[in-house]
Amino acid sequence: MVVTESSQISGPARVPRKHPARARPVAALLGTVVGPVLALLAVLVLSLGLGARPMSPAEVWQGLVDTGSGAYTVVHEMRLPRTLLGLLAGAALGVAGGVMQALTRNPLADPGLLGINAGASAAVATAAGLLGVATFQGYVWFALAGAAAVSVLVYGVGGGRAATPARLALAGAAINAALYSYVNGTMLLDAASLETMRFWTVGSLAGAQSGTVAMVAPFVAAGLLLALALARPLNALALGDDSARSLGARPAVIRTAAIVAVTLLCGAATAACGPIVFVGLMVPHLVKTLTGPDLRRLLPCCAVLAPALLLGADVLGRIVARPGELQAGIVTAVLGGPLFLYFVRRKVRA
Amino acid sequence: MRAGGVGEVRPVSVVRAATGRPVVAGIVAVRPRAVAVGIGCLLLALVFGVLTVGGGDYPMSPADVLRTLAGGGGPAEDFVVRELRLPRVVTALVVGAALALAGAIFQSLVRNPLGSPDLLGFTQGAATGALLVVVAGGGSAALAGGAVLGGVVTGVVIYLLAWRGGLHGHRLVLVGIGATAVLTGVNGYLLTRGRLMEAARAMLWLTGSLDGRGWEDALPLLAATAVLVPVVLLGCARPLAITEMGDDLARGLGVRVQGLRLVLTAAAVLLASLAAAAAGPVSFVALTAPHLARRMTRTPGPNLLTAACVGAALLTGADLAAQRLFGDHQLPVGVVTGVLGGGYLVWLLAAQRKAGRI
Repeated sequence: MVVTESSQISGPARVPRKHPARARPVAALLGTVVGPVLALLAVLVLSLGLGARPMSPAEVWQGLVDTGSGAYTVVHEMRLPRTLLGLLAGAALGVAGGVMQALTRNPLADPGLLGINAGASAAVATAAGLLGVATFQGYVWFALAGAAAVSVLVYGVGGGRAATPARLALAGAAINAALYSYVNGTMLLDAASLETMRFWTVGSLAGAQSGTVAMVAPFVAAGLLLALALARPLNALALGDDSARSLGARPAVIRTAAIVAVTLLCGAATAACGPIVFVGLMVPHLVKTLTGPDLRRLLPCCAVLAPALLLGADVLGRIVARPGELQAGIVTAVLGGPLFLYFVRRKVRA
Repeated sequence: MRAGGVGEVRPVSVVRAATGRPVVAGIVAVRPRAVAVGIGCLLLALVFGVLTVGGGDYPMSPADVLRTLAGGGGPAEDFVVRELRLPRVVTALVVGAALALAGAIFQSLVRNPLGSPDLLGFTQGAATGALLVVVAGGGSAALAGGAVLGGVVTGVVIYLLAWRGGLHGHRLVLVGIGATAVLTGVNGYLLTRGRLMEAARAMLWLTGSLDGRGWEDALPLLAATAVLVPVVLLGCARPLAITEMGDDLARGLGVRVQGLRLVLTAAAVLLASLAAAAAGPVSFVALTAPHLARRMTRTPGPNLLTAACVGAALLTGADLAAQRLFGDHQLPVGVVTGVLGGGYLVWLLAAQRKAGRI
């Protein structure tokens, strides 16, 4: 009884705040800027410090700046490229997920679940298995082409107003299955490509080299800039095409640009570290609870938190399976699955 | 041309319900067209089977094959046909039928033409079980057992996770897709664990192949289908067809909807896992066969028996193509079904989009 009464009394007083960010500037700043940045920094230090030879943060710093230090080679040759790649790929996947969820107006849109990453990997498998391409510089163009093709296909399937989350996810799953069996087929035809592709298709940061990072950076940067520039127009588009038009936005242009951004981000990330699922799904949902639905806040926050998640998964994979390691793509799949189920059971109506 | 009538209310049946005539008669009555399609597909499957038996390093004409099957061949022919080639064809026939039946059941249960067991995680679960056995270094009997166990465990988990005050189609779809994503990650990891030889063997299995199948592969599946198919066809086909008109209507007509879903899910998961154990997770047969059956019979509803016949014809045909089309280079049958199925899928998605169903 007491509980009921107190809840009745306090009920009306606690009017739900629609804009937490405006209601409490300091707390909002802590939540949306300081917190994620601190989390990212902590994961960066862990990612640089943990591995076959654990190092303290001081040693890591020494290794970073002091060329004479014993840790210099380890940090610069192995851990720094890996960490930077995680940073880039994580940001790319997280922001791509945010853009896709806004574009399709569908809470379950994720570049991995909808098959865009699988499109990129099918193209890379073609390049590696049938055309004999073996370098990342060769892969990346194929990956972009594959991602673009599937983006257009998924958008064509999922762009309709009647697309429920379940239908869109099912269409994505079907595309995934088709591409997956194609990738399997190419691996079967050639044992050498099986040897490389079976590690690549899992999704891992382990193969990172500084050349890869330098190659992937421009694509991710271009994609991120385009996505951030699209935040405002996509906000307008969320009101519906007619309202968006009356606000001066051009829906067709915005959609095309958004697909280009998603393609750049997913294609580059997949070419560099293989198909990784769930990062693009989880992060925007987590961030939304911090920032609200405004993409101008949501997307930058995704760009900070998604790398923290991906690198965290990578670090976790290094800790769990010592002395070997669990690839980051597996960790995100295993961690992301339950979260996905949680969303499904709680929110999604189809 | 309708890509998927699953889940649509069919006026004829409703009218008959209203007029008090036996509802089920309108839905599952023997239709000449459906019978003709079923028999035609079975004959086609048998023709494909005879051609497959006749091909190989010791070629035989169809007449020779038939004569040997009837018991009129020499000892060498007898051995080649009965011990080496017939098991493969029988496996193809039964696997195709089992996959198609499982697909038809799931498409009807989740009321979506894309809801087949390979997209909902059950086949992936079977693959995980099999891969665990491969990585642990088990033989082919253990591999089949692992596949069945993996498929059944995944089925139970998905069923329980999707259960909330009853099983509903859309939640089953979403939970299944989540499970597929997780299991794909796990499978990829298991592939990286083994040595290259084991990985190649696992990859061949994952694609789905009928090479070298013996009677010991075909018999467990044959026994299981001999039990499960009558259960499904005689016990569940009518209630399932009624349930497609909506849960409330079905309940009003006396169908125990949740009990029906439990039985059918169990049967479909078992069929899909056993088929995967016999031939590997051959993709897209479960998706396409029910669609083709519905198009050819022009009958809405699950079309269970016809779908099974179409599935058998599809898989034997794909196996024949995989054997003959590429010269000396024999492809596993899963590559053929994957490529054909992928093309069909793109077309289907486009058609559904145009019709406003997706």
